[in-house]
Amino acid sequence: MTDVVTDEARAGEGVTYDLVVVGGGPAGVAGALTAALAGLRVALVDSSARLGGQYFRHTAVPARAPGLDRFLRQARALSDRAEVLSRHQVWSVTREPDGDLLVHANSPEGGAVAVRGRRLLIATGAYDRPLPFPGWDLPGVLTAGGAQALLKGNGVVAGRRVVVSGTGPFLLPVATGLAAAGAKVLGVYEAGGGLGLARHPLLALGKAGEAAGYAVSLARHRVPYLTRHAVVEAHGEREVEAVTVARLGRRWNVLATRIVECDTVAVGYGFVPQIDLGVQLGCATRHDVDGSPILETDAAQRTTVPMVWAAGEPTGVGGWRLAEIEGRIAGRSIIAHRRAPGAGVEVAAGEVAGVLARRRDRWRAFGAALQQAYPVEPGWQGWLRDDTLVCRCEEVPLARIREAQELGATDARSIKLLARPGMGWCQGRICGYAVACLAGEPQQPPRRPIAQPVTLGALSDTDTPHDSAH
Amino acid sequence: MTFAITVDGRSVPVVPGQTIGAALHAAGIRSWRATRFGARPRGLFCGIGVCFDCLISVNGRAPERACLVEAAPGDEVTTS
Repeated sequence: MTDVVTDEARAGEGVTYDLVVVGGGPAGVAGALTAALAGLRVALVDSSARLGGQYFRHTAVPARAPGLDRFLRQARALSDRAEVLSRHQVWSVTREPDGDLLVHANSPEGGAVAVRGRRLLIATGAYDRPLPFPGWDLPGVLTAGGAQALLKGNGVVAGRRVVVSGTGPFLLPVATGLAAAGAKVLGVYEAGGGLGLARHPLLALGKAGEAAGYAVSLARHRVPYLTRHAVVEAHGEREVEAVTVARLGRRWNVLATRIVECDTVAVGYGFVPQIDLGVQLGCATRHDVDGSPILETDAAQRTTVPMVWAAGEPTGVGGWRLAEIEGRIAGRSIIAHRRAPGAGVEVAAGEVAGVLARRRDRWRAFGAALQQAYPVEPGWQGWLRDDTLVCRCEEVPLARIREAQELGATDARSIKLLARPGMGWCQGRICGYAVACLAGEPQQPPRRPIAQPVTLGALSDTDTPHDSAH
Repeated sequence: MTFAITVDGRSVPVVPGQTIGAALHAAGIRSWRATRFGARPRGLFCGIGVCFDCLISVNGRAPERACLVEAAPGDEVTTS
């Protein structure tokens, strides 16, 4: 595995790559490898120590996991044929006068690196979409993906007595993973559904094997799976000691509550696609089935901005198989573009015709069906109290958001200007969805001129391409 | 197969490849900073570099996300 980049000269002094890929998950690696195998000069930039993204996150000595061996072989093949910059956090992409794209990143040593490419593939994945509730900022309350990252990437079980709550199929692998690793999983509280595991949407979608696997695993570890239930409050002084679990009505209004003692909570209400780089470059966006802003792409995975492609969750959440297929399609389209830059849609369409495009369409339909099966209902807003923090960074409670609305703030943007939710370190990544819901509007594409915090020194270096750390 | 880092003078074991945040969480240290206004305890939340709750100073450097920084033998971290 290429997991350490110590020599910054490897960022490619004086090199213009045919393709720069941002993101080292299944989409990014598939796109980069497809292009590299065809002889294109490729660089891939990723924030993690090891390639894999969220789904194929693994420990330094990888454990066995479905599909992981195959992914690691792809990653090794890529490392032999392309420049892989791990531990590099991309904070912006800019366009040079000659049309080249400059991908600016923080290097692990704290310096600034710019990687120059003719084409860009955005494969930046997604992160958990949390909902606020009283006590959600107590230590021991983690996102479902956070608990999963601890386990998959570090071999650390998030807690001894764990409650899993939220909505969507992702709760199942998180709960079964924790239980198999030795945690006592006290319950999986799925806010949606109302049908239980026996009629889980995975079954309706022809994924009976997968659903049955989770059901068997939950049963073996005696983990209750309750639909129309959710954690609506966390209690504790310095860390979480118990939660209030509520039985919910159809719109997620609280019908009845009880206390469950636990030391850890894993919560997740779907995912937020990471589209900052595309928005920075002016790519058109649209709303996905669940309302998430995503990048508009055509049949060849091209965004609306020339020389910029996107694959995986930034084009709509659909899981790792869809991400990999989209990455391969993007790679083929990029190869076709290099061979015949002047050619239009026909060439690109010809390149993606057939099996790959049909598989993509099938997985997209699957992703959309899952999003439809697990909508976030508005009743969660009733779980909040006046002093419940909505924005964790700026410590903005619900009362201050309501106050801003009373002062005349009618949309999420003016609420942000008056009450400051989303103005802190995470730039609204965590609270953006909740604030949009509270404002009664669909979530807008993020306007973040800088996708990662960056030092002033790095900013002042940005006009120097390539290696400017020394 | 493990090495140690120091947290406020206390030794914490690390499996190679673990992040600072994972090592602390595994050792039962679940918060390592206080918020500016309410002095609320904070540790890991998103675990993948998005939320910035887990900021920590390693070897006197400016605060970094504990969930992203891989621990190295002898690292010294201080909590607040």
